[in-house]
Amino acid sequence: MKISDFTIKDIHKGLKKKEFSAVELAENYFDKIKKEDKKISSFLTLTQDLALSEAKEIDRLLSKGQEIPLLAGVPAAVKDNILVEGVKCTAGSKILENYTAPYDATVIKKIKEQGAIILGKTNLDEFAMGSSTENSAFGPTKNPHDPSRVPGGSSGGSAAALAANFCAFALGSDTGGSIRQPASFCGVLGLKPTYGAVSRYGLMSFASSLDQIGPFAKTIDDCRLIFDIIKGKDEKDSTSVELKALDRGSQISNLRIGLPKEYFIKGTDAEVEKIIKEAIGKYEATGAKIEEISLPHTQYALPAYYIIAPAEASANLARYDGIKYGFSANNQTKDLLAVYFESRGKGFGSEVRRRIMLGTYSLSAGYYDAYYLRAQKVRTKIKEDFAKAFEKVDVILSPVSPTPAFKIGEKTDDPLLMYLSDIFTIAVNLAGLPAISFPVGKAGKLPVGLQIIAKPFEEDTIFETAKLLEKK
Amino acid sequence: MLSKEEVQHIAKLSRLGLKEKEIEKFQKELSKILDYIEKLKEVDVSNITPTSHSLAALNVSRQDMPDVLASEKIKKITDQAPASREGYFKVKPVRN
Repeated sequence: MKISDFTIKDIHKGLKKKEFSAVELAENYFDKIKKEDKKISSFLTLTQDLALSEAKEIDRLLSKGQEIPLLAGVPAAVKDNILVEGVKCTAGSKILENYTAPYDATVIKKIKEQGAIILGKTNLDEFAMGSSTENSAFGPTKNPHDPSRVPGGSSGGSAAALAANFCAFALGSDTGGSIRQPASFCGVLGLKPTYGAVSRYGLMSFASSLDQIGPFAKTIDDCRLIFDIIKGKDEKDSTSVELKALDRGSQISNLRIGLPKEYFIKGTDAEVEKIIKEAIGKYEATGAKIEEISLPHTQYALPAYYIIAPAEASANLARYDGIKYGFSANNQTKDLLAVYFESRGKGFGSEVRRRIMLGTYSLSAGYYDAYYLRAQKVRTKIKEDFAKAFEKVDVILSPVSPTPAFKIGEKTDDPLLMYLSDIFTIAVNLAGLPAISFPVGKAGKLPVGLQIIAKPFEEDTIFETAKLLEKK
Repeated sequence: MLSKEEVQHIAKLSRLGLKEKEIEKFQKELSKILDYIEKLKEVDVSNITPTSHSLAALNVSRQDMPDVLASEKIKKITDQAPASREGYFKVKPVRN
């Protein structure tokens, strides 16, 4: 077995059995990245010194026969909107091109405590705004399955890095589908936890009521391991909540699956539909009850999101003003107002400026009620749709995306067309629910993911449901 | 369709400098998106409480005590600013 095909469990076993050292492992991964990432461009920054010193420490513990933590020596890739202390953190933007993180995000602290080796920071759509990683100020990432195609977005770098075996797991963030859609396009697992399950401290905010950090992994066990490590209430994030462990063991045998009719529509690629239907057939064969359900406000999720997310973004991105950090026009002008205009005008890309303007408009006097308030009310209806459905079913299944990975440049001329790629993932963020993208097949050489949605804080139900297919 | 003046006004509120040729592009794109969003008018939102937070949450508070940062930490933060002095950020005069 090639070292780069290892799962987290494989690595833990291998290190304990002294089949390889943590330093050897890290060096192996860096060699592979240096040889092959030119074609993919998944990493923006490599943290070789940091990684090797952490790996040496793990080897030291091992040589003393000491117990090693769960993620000891396990190489990870981190999306470049999650702060790792002392390492450049760009958010995929020119405005933070030379910004160095002054502290660790809580999730980073947690994985470091478990001995994870951070290999580097991965590419993303600028400030997590996008569905293809083409909005990065530093160039697009390519899909390892077909380099003429996108890896998805906004966590495209993390998904691609894992799919290319440049790491054993990765971290991303999901606001409207930014973990699940790239996971689907790249053929890896990607989990968006329940809103509040994972601390957002140290995640550069995009939309505060929607953002969540989550893991990319190769197996359910790996995914669950990472989630269990990064989850939990954090006093530094007032929106984080402690999860109470649910004992669902026995219930999974009487699984009730809901298929929302609004998610199985014309316009979905025929191959994708076939693969998803096959997966559903496999569930039926396990004895699960399949039921058609309705989420009647589905068609309003995308427009509601494109008011709410940009509105929150317009507030969250106000801090990038050329005063405290980042790209600044401070030396080019004598006027404070001009510093703001020039720093932000030059530092932000088109999509970011588009969304800030959309948000500002919908929050401005005279428009707040008609746009933002109305969208938040529609959001309530969307939440209620899911709550009603979950009275009858345990999980909801759907495609993650209407198509497999599209070609680079295919949707960049039409922002609205790009937004439509998130049509199946977006309502989940509005309702705060947990959901996973689980690879279930390929359309030609392009991976296709199945979306499994569960009730708040029932990530275990998602893992158990996905496990039923993983065995097959 | 948003007017050019409206786009310029929004850009001003957002403190975003737009080049002349960009104004028309954003005008078209924003208008198209706002047209799509009109769809939300189809929903009957009478008597609905807006959701600002997807999970029922109580106000989380802490003691109103400042976190005293070590001077090295403060330096790490202020050093990244284009202009700073003795742990403070320097800004140009704020005029009326």
